Amino acid sequence: MSVLLIAEISGAYIALSATAKALSAVAPLGPVTILAAGDGVDPAPLAALDGVAKVLHVEGADYGHQMPESFSELILSIAPNFTHIVAPATAAAKAILPRVAALLDVMVITDVTKLESADTFERPIYAGNATQSVTSTDPIKVLTIRTAGFDDAPAAAAAPIEGVDPTTGSDLSNWVEDRVVKTDRPELTSAGVVVSGGRGVGSEENFAIIGALADTLNAAVGASRAAVDSGYAPNDMQVGQTGKVVAPDLYIACGVSGAIQHLAGMKDSKVIVAINCDAEAPIFQVADYGLVTDLFEAVPALTEQLK
Amino acid sequence: MKVLVPVKRVIDYNVKVKVKADQSSVDLANVKMSMNPFDEIAVEEALRLKEKCIATEVIAISIGVKKSEDVLRQALAMGADRAILIEAANDVHMDIEPLSVAKLLAKVVQAEEPGLILAGKQAIDNDMNATGQMLAALLGWGQATSASMLEITNGSAQVTREVDGGLQVVNVKLPAIVTCDLRLNEPRYASLPNIMKAKRKPLQAMTPSDYGVDVAPRLVINTTVEPPARAAGEILGSVDALVSKLKEVGVV
Repeated sequence: MSVLLIAEISGAYIALSATAKALSAVAPLGPVTILAAGDGVDPAPLAALDGVAKVLHVEGADYGHQMPESFSELILSIAPNFTHIVAPATAAAKAILPRVAALLDVMVITDVTKLESADTFERPIYAGNATQSVTSTDPIKVLTIRTAGFDDAPAAAAAPIEGVDPTTGSDLSNWVEDRVVKTDRPELTSAGVVVSGGRGVGSEENFAIIGALADTLNAAVGASRAAVDSGYAPNDMQVGQTGKVVAPDLYIACGVSGAIQHLAGMKDSKVIVAINCDAEAPIFQVADYGLVTDLFEAVPALTEQLK
Repeated sequence: MKVLVPVKRVIDYNVKVKVKADQSSVDLANVKMSMNPFDEIAVEEALRLKEKCIATEVIAISIGVKKSEDVLRQALAMGADRAILIEAANDVHMDIEPLSVAKLLAKVVQAEEPGLILAGKQAIDNDMNATGQMLAALLGWGQATSASMLEITNGSAQVTREVDGGLQVVNVKLPAIVTCDLRLNEPRYASLPNIMKAKRKPLQAMTPSDYGVDVAPRLVINTTVEPPARAAGEILGSVDALVSKLKEVGVV
């Protein structure tokens, strides 16, 4: 058994927690080689994770932009040495790994939440309303790991770092620009506390009260699809079946009704608090603690008390 | 150019799913089925390209049970010109895997030579998010997934993609595959006259063997179970009560 883990890297930035969580998920399978492909990336933090046998480091602008055509070509060039090709289930990996799997003529298995064995995996289907256990009959397993349920792999003695040549690259697609929102708040999928707002928040301006509570708790800000569609919050804050999946210690849902698509993204949180003026809102069915009240009174009051 | 739009018949997104007693799959007998919502967005986007005279013909295709004809008729009623049905399963519980779907679609692409494929980014049943990418790989085409904006100019597609940190804009050479996210557009409803008209639009019925594609699954499904339910919580009377509870369980 030999595992190739694709580190989540955008430009020079390594999403270390996402990569470390995927690593702890797959480490029981055997020695893990990490592919660190980026643009100006320092792979040393990856080499210092427990369970890493080796880091392969490669540089290229297309890799930094996570362009699927060039990136899958790169993975293909080293794939024959591995039985498992895995990555944390990020937006980039979701674009790249199915492409890799098709080129290897194997079926990709996305959003794996549990590895039962080297060939048997659990994943949620139907927006998390069912869990399926599947056994792959393919010679190479290509997986994306839903990291929310795994702990970060701890630090260890540094593994060797080896340079790899980039492959030719592809001109099928070109990067134009990133429109990325800079934030000082913790990253949504790995934050210990998430405060999220729904349609009930009412406007982009009102979202400030969600942000204020989040800042008090050093939390990330999330949003329901309704809030994102209404323009109250940017798309990268969306929690749910098609957005981000989070499992923080504390999830505070403010003015979120709790459509099944939203619940799919947060129902594995350890403690869920719901604040909503509608006592019938489905969010209360998954909440540990509920406040049936006006969020515009309760949220600032909560912020004040927790300061 | 022709635009090809794959559409899937899935459980309606409002239906509460139940797992079959034998744990073989989710129970799809006698539940409301609809077009996968992301595929509806793809159909809509194709129709808008036709209205802008960029697309010349919109072809909807579905792979699955015979009843998938329903979602093809819906695509035709929305405005697609013709449809292809590849009957690949006779039991609604048999989900054709994305790799097999991609192989079949690749064959159809060879025959139809579309300039663009617009697909949903994922099906809301298996949530795999794979078919578009796999098809792009098999065809050696460029791909842009999770599109929230699409512009066709000079033989390429400029696509704004929803990614983890925000948005990414890429330019993909045509022919290409673009998979559609929620905010790309709002699909139209089919009017009654168009629903009637759709019944007479051409629908070609095919089978996987017509294309020489083996659709045998690579994944063996062991069990399908319902996730553990959360225990009922409690409704508290005040913010004070909430704060003391949160302190009690140690999360603040």
